[in-house]
Amino acid sequence: MPTVAKGDGMRGLAVFISDIRNCKSKEAEQKRINKELANIRSKFKGDKTLDGYNKKKYVCKLLFIFLLGHDIDFGHMEAVNLLSSNKYTEKQIGYLFISVLVNTDSALIRLIIQAIKNDLEARHPVHICLALQCIANIGSKEMAEALTKEIPKLIVSGETIDAVKQSACLCLLRLFRTSPETVPPGEWTQRVGHLLNDQHLGVVTSATSLIHTLAQKTPEDFKPCVQLAISRLSRIVTSSYTDLQDYTYYFVPAPWLSVKLLRLLQVYPPPEDPALRGRLNECLETILNKAQEPPKSKKVQHSNAKNAVLFEAINLIIHHDTEPSLLVRACNQLGQFLQHRETNLRYLALESMCLLASSEFSHEAVKKHMDTVITALKTERDVSVRQRAVDLLYGMCDKSNAEEIVAEMLSYLETADYSIREEMVLKVAILAEKYPVDYTWYVDTILNLIRIAGDYVSDEVWYRVIQIVINRDDVQGYAAKVVFEALQAPACHENMVKVGGYILGEFGNLIAGDQRSSPMVQFQLLHSKYHLCSAPTRGLLLSTYIKFINLFPEIKGQLQDVLRNNNNLQNADAELQQRAIEYLQLSTVASQDVLATVLEEMPPFPERESSILAKLKKKKPNVSDIEVVKEGKKSSNPPTLNNSAANTPEATPASAPVPVMAAAPAPAPVQSASDDLLGLSAGPAAAAPVTNNFAAPAAPAGGGGLLVDVFDTPPAQNNVSTALAPQAEENFFNMPSGETAPSGDASATELDGRFAIKNNGVLFENELLQIGVKAEYKGNLGRLGLFYGNKTSYPFQFFTPTVSCPGELASAMNVQTKPLDVNTVEGGAQVQQIINVECIADFVDAPILSIKFSYSGSMQQINLMLPVMLNKFFEPVEMDATSFFNRWKQLSRRPGQEEQKIFKASFPINSDTSRTKLLGFGFGLLDGVDPNPDNFVGAGIIKAQSSQVGCLLRLEPNMQAQMYRLTLRTSSKSVTTRLADLLLKLF
Amino acid sequence: MLKFILLVNKQGQTRLAQYYEHPEHDRVSVERDIIRKCLAREDNQCSFLEYKNFKLVYRRYASLYFIVGVDHTENELAILELIHNIVETYDKYFDKVCELDIMFNLDKAYMILEEMVMNGRIVEMNQNRILLPIRVMDQATQ
Repeated sequence: MPTVAKGDGMRGLAVFISDIRNCKSKEAEQKRINKELANIRSKFKGDKTLDGYNKKKYVCKLLFIFLLGHDIDFGHMEAVNLLSSNKYTEKQIGYLFISVLVNTDSALIRLIIQAIKNDLEARHPVHICLALQCIANIGSKEMAEALTKEIPKLIVSGETIDAVKQSACLCLLRLFRTSPETVPPGEWTQRVGHLLNDQHLGVVTSATSLIHTLAQKTPEDFKPCVQLAISRLSRIVTSSYTDLQDYTYYFVPAPWLSVKLLRLLQVYPPPEDPALRGRLNECLETILNKAQEPPKSKKVQHSNAKNAVLFEAINLIIHHDTEPSLLVRACNQLGQFLQHRETNLRYLALESMCLLASSEFSHEAVKKHMDTVITALKTERDVSVRQRAVDLLYGMCDKSNAEEIVAEMLSYLETADYSIREEMVLKVAILAEKYPVDYTWYVDTILNLIRIAGDYVSDEVWYRVIQIVINRDDVQGYAAKVVFEALQAPACHENMVKVGGYILGEFGNLIAGDQRSSPMVQFQLLHSKYHLCSAPTRGLLLSTYIKFINLFPEIKGQLQDVLRNNNNLQNADAELQQRAIEYLQLSTVASQDVLATVLEEMPPFPERESSILAKLKKKKPNVSDIEVVKEGKKSSNPPTLNNSAANTPEATPASAPVPVMAAAPAPAPVQSASDDLLGLSAGPAAAAPVTNNFAAPAAPAGGGGLLVDVFDTPPAQNNVSTALAPQAEENFFNMPSGETAPSGDASATELDGRFAIKNNGVLFENELLQIGVKAEYKGNLGRLGLFYGNKTSYPFQFFTPTVSCPGELASAMNVQTKPLDVNTVEGGAQVQQIINVECIADFVDAPILSIKFSYSGSMQQINLMLPVMLNKFFEPVEMDATSFFNRWKQLSRRPGQEEQKIFKASFPINSDTSRTKLLGFGFGLLDGVDPNPDNFVGAGIIKAQSSQVGCLLRLEPNMQAQMYRLTLRTSSKSVTTRLADLLLKLF
Repeated sequence: MLKFILLVNKQGQTRLAQYYEHPEHDRVSVERDIIRKCLAREDNQCSFLEYKNFKLVYRRYASLYFIVGVDHTENELAILELIHNIVETYDKYFDKVCELDIMFNLDKAYMILEEMVMNGRIVEMNQNRILLPIRVMDQATQ
């Protein structure tokens, strides 16, 4: 098909293009291009007298070659020469070449700037426009410095013609973006606002873009523009389509300008002036009304242009978020679009509705469309639209509909496009965590996720479920049961093996009572997957096995066989080999007590933002709210990243064997020191492995049999560290004296709760110091080992801990503190202190530990309560039903002997955990005494030196009301009250 | 704002490319990827798609695709109609524009585009005014 080039046709160019089009192969095309490039190069080099026409022709050829995907590294000089041509066409092609094939670093830039300067002073406005367009397209720093001053004059001068004004606006905008500091302040900023009133809509359009950008930077300076923009908008939306002539597009008056004005208004909050606000709302209502009118044309251009304005108006309504009626109208309008036959409209409606869902005024209105959105998720043929449906479901999800939405998302996930699966998995995981129906549902949901889309379940997701299970004692038994069942599937995803391995390792004992999930069965089930798994998972399973050795001594032999297996002992993977050797050694050398200490259950993870959420935000930075972005900027090291790295439960067992080896007689691996430091420097999350750091020979106390960490409230010290987390770094440096440490009073209640039923753990932690405690009690005597760990690399000097018994406690308790051998704690070192306590009479307050030391010249003071509570001196008592009821009746005669509390459960009611808690508290549980099997009956004796107090307990849970009735009867009023207080916090 | 405008034929060959943001390293492979993604889409799919950290808005005219990359502050429908307005303006100037018109008159095609979009923002949408400078130029050369 012969095509004649319009205007001054260039035969050579036409021939070249035809040649290229006729090339049969990529190679032939490349050959032809190389030939042409060589030709042009030689022409440029050799023939100095090349005329403008030829230069133009070659430049066009180079452009064409550039579009074919080749880099052009010459010809710039020739293009620059064209700039100084007097012929408009040649000048134009020169500018075109430079604008398309920009090369801002080039030494040519000075020549270009000179040419632009000349043209800016030219008489012909077309030349000025070319120069301005070039600046707008390139806008380098050098240009900004050399040319910015001239531009504002052009914009506000009365003599400038409209086309130049338009170009000048966008040119200045470009320079402002490149280097804002070169744009001169001055009264032009006020006058530029008045361009919104310009007669010429092209000028208004360009000016609006400029003002929009400037106003984002300094909103105050351009506030008067709000009023001008509103009145301009009002004139446009109320005009008839004939009024604006050429600026009416398919019966829609100035759609692009309307969109821009609505965008500009989104820089500002709703106007305060009621009249202005009324006028704006009128505009918005008019736009919403027009959407309901019958279309003036059947053409898609008409509806697109109309709806472009409508969507922008809705954006403004959402941005203001103050007019409930407009918000609801917007929502209804979008609701109509959800079922529109135009895919584009459905897509955009889903997208906008997602924003509406976050407004309190329209959240409920959005929820009404849930069924439509779910249908869209199932029936839309376009994955982009389905993706928006997922986003919207995510956005509209709250407590009321979480169960349904998560179920729908899960069922969609089975067939979902691969491209959106990972994001969906994250979203389901977040929703399940955010709006849990209960935690068993949460665990089920996550396990389903792994079952359905295991490949797309990122590490963050399975780390998180483990964190939550560890922190929530009420699901641990259930979690162990369901992972055990899930693992029985013939084909099960490796992620399931990881979760299963970890959870059974921690809580397998909770289901070991059942024959079908006896220790041996659990072990064989896990081990049947072992050979199919990757090395990191095998490593995790090895950790599970050593935990099993501790939990189930009866199968120690089989477990050791696995560790001893040559496949593991001589594994090529150094990590596996090391684990096998160290675990084997540990299980052989260490006594059961040491093993139990080393492999004690994981303490709760500090509460913090879900690492999954962080991951989602990272994945979609554009949808994350600005706050988060800001936060990320503030701290040079975004906390979220730290979290996900340090949060990994797998990281903790991995480091577990290291400190162990230091205690065991085997030669200590070299890396132990560095590992330990790493653990410390990892920040608050490293709190987890600290229990393992105590290479204490002391046997674990009576509470050691308690394998469940019953508290989901984070430890007190973790409260402190999470509070610090967002600016962790800053705090590290300005760490003042002990001020940030929790005072004794502040942490008293947490102490009561957390340590009431366990004896070991981290008592305190801040940026400098970590204090761990191990305690054992017998009768009225107790021994506490305190471990002071210096987390810094500098020594603590004059380190003096003292223990005191304030007030009445002095007469109720004897405390003996062994002074420390040293008064300096070296960087990274740990010192131990033993405290003996003797209970003389019943008591309420705990002894206070105060620590003073000097760290890099400043004195630090920390006051803490020691975890010594009355129930520590409790001994369980066994008795039969008859003697129980005899005593029960005896203990009701005098006032104060009985204390009854009816209270709402603070934790989900679960029989197993209640049992564990009561046992941990020190009661002997009497089964079969109460006719109702749900109730608990227990007995114990408080052993003080002066007296022994018998205590009886009855705890009646009411599942339906989620309430408890607690009845305590003892022979001492004060004991009754104190024990009731302590127990209340546990349930 | 607009990041770029691409004009591509059905075979995936770029016929016109204007970038308003230049840092695109490895322009060619990114461009190919974008083109491949758009060409692979079916007619019943919507005209917008997320691409990396921005959005693509595209429209097909017989064998020619217009692909515009925009940031997340742009109004998709407005961009869709901007494309149509560009096509109508080309149509008006070239009289039933086709791929070859663009190829043989690359400079004109760029010039028209320049009058409509500059620095990633819309300058002028009035077709008569857009074509004014180029008509002046044509007259001057005749």
